Amino acid sequence: MINQTSTAAPKLHQNHSLAYRVSETIKTVLIYCVLIILALFVVLPIIWIVGSSFNSASSLLSATAFPKNPTISHYIELFTDTNYPKWYLNTLKIATANMIISLILTSTCGYVFSRFKFKGKKFGLLSILILQMFPSFMSMMAVYNILWQFGLLDTHFGLILNYAAGQIPYNTWLVKGYLSGIPRSLDEAAKIEGASNLHIFRNIILPLMRPILTFVAFSQFMGPWMDFIFPRMILSSPEKMTVAIGLYDLISGDTNNNFTTFAAGAVLTAVPITILYVFLQKYLIQGITAGANKV
Amino acid sequence: MKKTSGVKAGIASAILWGSGQFLNRQYIKGIFFLIAQIVFLLCLTPMYEGIRGFITLGEKAMIIEGSKVTHGDNSLILLLFGIVWLIIAILFLFIYIANIRDAVICYRNRMDEKEQPAIGEWSNVFKERSFPYIMLIPAVILLLLFVAVPIIFGFSIAFTNYSAPDHLPPKNLVSWVGFKNFFDMFKLPMWNSTFWGVLAWTIIWAVISTVTCFFGGFAVALLVNNRRVKYRKFWRTIYILPWAIPGMISLLVFRNMFNGQFGPINTFLRKVGVISQNIPWLSDPILAKIVIIFVNFWLGFPYFMAMISGVITNISPELLEAARIDGATHKQEFRYITLPLVLYATAPLLVMSFAGNFNNFNVIYFLTDGNPINPSYMYAGSTDILITWIYKLTRDNRQFHMASVLSILVFVVIATISTWNFLRTKAFKEEDMLQ
Repeated sequence: MINQTSTAAPKLHQNHSLAYRVSETIKTVLIYCVLIILALFVVLPIIWIVGSSFNSASSLLSATAFPKNPTISHYIELFTDTNYPKWYLNTLKIATANMIISLILTSTCGYVFSRFKFKGKKFGLLSILILQMFPSFMSMMAVYNILWQFGLLDTHFGLILNYAAGQIPYNTWLVKGYLSGIPRSLDEAAKIEGASNLHIFRNIILPLMRPILTFVAFSQFMGPWMDFIFPRMILSSPEKMTVAIGLYDLISGDTNNNFTTFAAGAVLTAVPITILYVFLQKYLIQGITAGANKV
Repeated sequence: MKKTSGVKAGIASAILWGSGQFLNRQYIKGIFFLIAQIVFLLCLTPMYEGIRGFITLGEKAMIIEGSKVTHGDNSLILLLFGIVWLIIAILFLFIYIANIRDAVICYRNRMDEKEQPAIGEWSNVFKERSFPYIMLIPAVILLLLFVAVPIIFGFSIAFTNYSAPDHLPPKNLVSWVGFKNFFDMFKLPMWNSTFWGVLAWTIIWAVISTVTCFFGGFAVALLVNNRRVKYRKFWRTIYILPWAIPGMISLLVFRNMFNGQFGPINTFLRKVGVISQNIPWLSDPILAKIVIIFVNFWLGFPYFMAMISGVITNISPELLEAARIDGATHKQEFRYITLPLVLYATAPLLVMSFAGNFNNFNVIYFLTDGNPINPSYMYAGSTDILITWIYKLTRDNRQFHMASVLSILVFVVIATISTWNFLRTKAFKEEDMLQ
């Protein structure tokens, strides 16, 4: 769209004076200068941390963006001296399980709330609307005690249940809103032809919801990678830790002697997530906009 | 005549659940309510115990005599089960009322000879009507256990004395104290001054962080979408990186970059000769706040840039063309077309972002952990916002009662903002939103 206007613009100004063209060039140069400075501002910390991970020494003081003797020894250390692979697998497991359970819960809830009339619906919608306004901190103490009572402390399952339950209010509203924006003609036609509710859900509703479910899936998969508070509270054995806790503990000491190992772990964790984000940004932006407007 | 008959069925159901339905010859419903009554009667004793526990919060404390430990009541568990039993009691109350209402209404309908589904049809009707409930059961159970009950629990703690050093279960008992904690928060000088100090910084932080990221993102979006710029996609991808990189990792990286003693920024500045002494980036209260806002800008502007870029590229070219033909300058174009459209589209995001920053645990916790320590504060540092103060109160200082009071106050703020935001959305204005 913009391309059309940018080709149209020069035509309009074709007969402009030299002075105009000079000022135009200066403006363009200025804009590019700002763009480049901004890009440096964004990229420098990234270059520094990537560079640090290839440093040969291990302390923060000696970590430089462009190491003199680059080495991958810290990446090797990550696999031999720390539990990093274990953390990574743990997190992958938690994230995947959370994504699947969340998808099942929110897609069914969204379907029921957007397509059925039943007693208590209004109450249900209003209560989840209110529930999502509470800071998750408020529930921490009780969640700890509940998991303790069920013997789920220090288990991944407890953590997954907590994540999957916590996302219901927000995502149900999101999915319900999305589905309400889609005409009912398709599923009503199927109903008249005698299709069962489950059949309609599986074969008509689920495919229709794909864009919003992509967003839900992605955000639920990403959550556990960087969540800190709940794993810290629920998990206690070192071999059950997630990436976030593991990385934090690597540099939470005062000495910062593990700094370069942390850098290696940070790079290794961030790269796949960053790539996923960049590729899926279209869905993310759609989902966030939908969430803000609850269309 | 008809009315009294209806009352008869109602009274029957009020005494023996479902008996009114039997009078109406609705046997399946009748059996359902009868089973509900039997379950209710079986639950009566534990329900009584549970609610009693909720009221007393335990009567026997743990007794330690030498090496012999006699376990007493655990107030927290009593509170937890008390809440669960209260919810179950309310549920039974609903069933009971529904049971009576249903008996009366069905009786009247029968007398008025309104059509009733035949017995065979009834199972189909039942299947259709119960479908939404059956689908919702797993979500409701999870929500109750992990969201609703915990929130009620957290709410209740604000009215107890659950705190170190003298009221920590299972060693000690906890008891109800009414509004004492709220009074303490606003009357005890130490708590009170900390509260206002932390609240002030929380609000300043939330406003500045939202405004800088929004206008920064807006400016960058305009810049990238400027007609002179080529390879827009390339630039946009670079600027979106801070959003795509996991926030916690970036924050920990920045924490190290700004490290006063060993950080690369000070090292670099010293090498170039700009400074001779290290700058205490994160240990000076004012500087630390500036660094926090600066780092948050790095993290936050890409989000708004992406959102606003989407709005700008979707402005219809005809609209801009029409404005140009009418002789609008670039300034006017921006002032009367771009700006209003962007503001309209992003206003809800702006509000949500403010609410999010108000509770932005990560930025503060990973960057400064609330430090530097502020000696005039109660368990809080100079850069602590409410949410990180709450975290410190629970995790490090075990002042659960005060943490709960603060959580309630935070909830009030967030709920006000979200409700206001929600009331003006399309979803609310649509007539059948809640139908």
